[in-house]
Amino acid sequence: MLEIKDLRVNIEDKEILKGVNLTVKPGEVHAIMGPNGSGKSTLASVLAGREEYEVTGGEVWYDGKNLLEMEPDERAREGVFLAFQYPVELPGVSMSNFLKQAVNAVREHRGEEPLSAVEFLKLMKEKAALVHLDPSLRRRAVNEGFSGGEKKRNEIFQMAMLEPKLAILDETDSGLDIDALRIVADGVNKMRAPDRAFLVITHYQRLLDYIVPDVVHVLMDGRIVKTGGKDLALKLEELGYDWVKEEVEAPA
Amino acid sequence: MQTTTEHIKRPEDRFLAAFEVHTGHALNGSNAFGQALRREALTHFERLGFPARKDEAWKYTNLGPKLAREYAFDVPAPALTPDDLAPYTIPGLDAARAVLVNGCFEPSLSSLDGLPEGVVVTGLAEAAKRHPERFERHFARYADYRGEVFTALNTAFAHDGLFVYVPKNTVVERPIHVLSLLHTDAELFLQPRLLVVAERSAQVRLFETRHARTDTPTFTNGVTELFSGPNAHVDLFTLQDEGDAATQVSSLYAYQTGDSYLATNTITLSGDVVRNTHTYLPDAENCETHLRGLFLGQGAMHVDNHTLVDHAKPHCFSNELFKGILADRATGVFNGKVFVRRDAQQTNAYQENKTVLLSEDARMYAKPELEIYADDVKCSHGATTGQLDAEAMFYLRSRGLTETQARRMLLLAFARDVIDEITVEPLRAHIDHMIAARLA
Repeated sequence: MLEIKDLRVNIEDKEILKGVNLTVKPGEVHAIMGPNGSGKSTLASVLAGREEYEVTGGEVWYDGKNLLEMEPDERAREGVFLAFQYPVELPGVSMSNFLKQAVNAVREHRGEEPLSAVEFLKLMKEKAALVHLDPSLRRRAVNEGFSGGEKKRNEIFQMAMLEPKLAILDETDSGLDIDALRIVADGVNKMRAPDRAFLVITHYQRLLDYIVPDVVHVLMDGRIVKTGGKDLALKLEELGYDWVKEEVEAPA
Repeated sequence: MQTTTEHIKRPEDRFLAAFEVHTGHALNGSNAFGQALRREALTHFERLGFPARKDEAWKYTNLGPKLAREYAFDVPAPALTPDDLAPYTIPGLDAARAVLVNGCFEPSLSSLDGLPEGVVVTGLAEAAKRHPERFERHFARYADYRGEVFTALNTAFAHDGLFVYVPKNTVVERPIHVLSLLHTDAELFLQPRLLVVAERSAQVRLFETRHARTDTPTFTNGVTELFSGPNAHVDLFTLQDEGDAATQVSSLYAYQTGDSYLATNTITLSGDVVRNTHTYLPDAENCETHLRGLFLGQGAMHVDNHTLVDHAKPHCFSNELFKGILADRATGVFNGKVFVRRDAQQTNAYQENKTVLLSEDARMYAKPELEIYADDVKCSHGATTGQLDAEAMFYLRSRGLTETQARRMLLLAFARDVIDEITVEPLRAHIDHMIAARLA
């Protein structure tokens, strides 16, 4: 589903990603962990198409298509979803208007009819329940006045509405209390499916107690330096990143 | 009635000559009150002269090339039938309708049935004849024809427009839609005049929509006077959409007495050079004043909103919000002044101007001014000009919206707090739709 080959990315002439290789198959959940400044969020942003990053080398293939050649909205319509680390407040844009246009843009791309007002409301109600959001939020402006937890749950809610094939969660757990974390994880788990993959970027192992990954990667200084199973996350939690660093720097 | 002014170079002289040519004709009115006032206004016009570039109030708006054109003053409009008005009606709006064609009241196209007893909605010329006492008590009492050159010019020349009178304790439930049409093949110079009088505890909502059925260059120099009596409630919405060839100078004078409420909302969608000079005088205690505006500039359009709120008395509240979206080579000007005089204690006055620039060549000149001479007041002002938020654009696009859809959604959201202040739903929906179409 996703194949990243030797991806190199600069921001303002500074190299952040220095040759990332990663393969994700449908149905898998991959966790990407790493210390601050290792390039985790850069990877998420580049996959979603954020413009201020300059790709200086490598390739990204998504479902057989060259992802880096696609506009951010094309990627979304093709089924790539990014849950933002810092969701944007959009005063004056109502949740229902925003989501109706987004859902119908994706549906149109899939050759489906736009949803009627009734169908749309029903879908909103159903998906909002998934992350315990009050359905009356449809009248509110996107993220405006939302608490930190509500914003993150709103991201998962949007993901559920758009039903992506590849969902990238960029530190969705940061700052959440345990109740909100459970709700978010529960929402993600309910969406796990054989044809859907997740890339879960996190700083904290705790999330992975609730969203159990198939593969755990350690991203350090712009490269994936270690890959393992879910036990790797536990080891990182216990010992920190220094041992990985020592292992990487040790002469072969 | 073609005049012999073609050889005259200075624009002011062309108007002075036209005034003499038209004296005694309908253009100049007939009764003694009107004649004396016109003569006086003309001398002020002659003394003041058109604005020079160094004139601070006109620093960013140069009307020189527009005033240098040789306009016709009095060419009858081609005939219109009610069917011709269909494109300018507002779907679902239940309103009385007064139609002005080239600034002249057209009773045959208007539908004014069902107004409450005592309410007068008629042409200004007609009002001067049939209601001289009320007319003369208010006409040219608020408009500064001694100090403002365009107001002086309008006062000297205006021969028709609209008169709205609401007697005391009368609530006009249905809004009054003033449909103003430019309909001409001639390069006309028009000087319409509106006078709205709401007596004690009266209430009225007016929606003025201005359109054009021509792309011939025209110049409209309009003056509106609003009088809000004690405890009266006046709401004036204005849509300026007269096309790319229409230059417009619109001067509004709002005079408020005690405990009155007055709100204006001016939405500018098209025009060549558009200058709105709006002056508000809450001249008694406990007045509430709202000034809102939204301007959409495109092509080479120029929109200048020049406002003054002159707080003279204590315990008044004013709130001003002007928003702009400028594309292409459009230029915008906002010069808003709030004046709080020494006696105007306990004034609450707020002013805000925000503009989004959509192109490198669009320009905005914002000059918010606050002048306070009282010591116990709450006032604030601010102006910001910038581009659409890149992060917000990315957020929307990351959900599948195209760049165009995302931009339109953010611009409509930006304009929303002005649009949503339109209190009559069919009109709000209509304006919302027009703006969405423009931003597509």
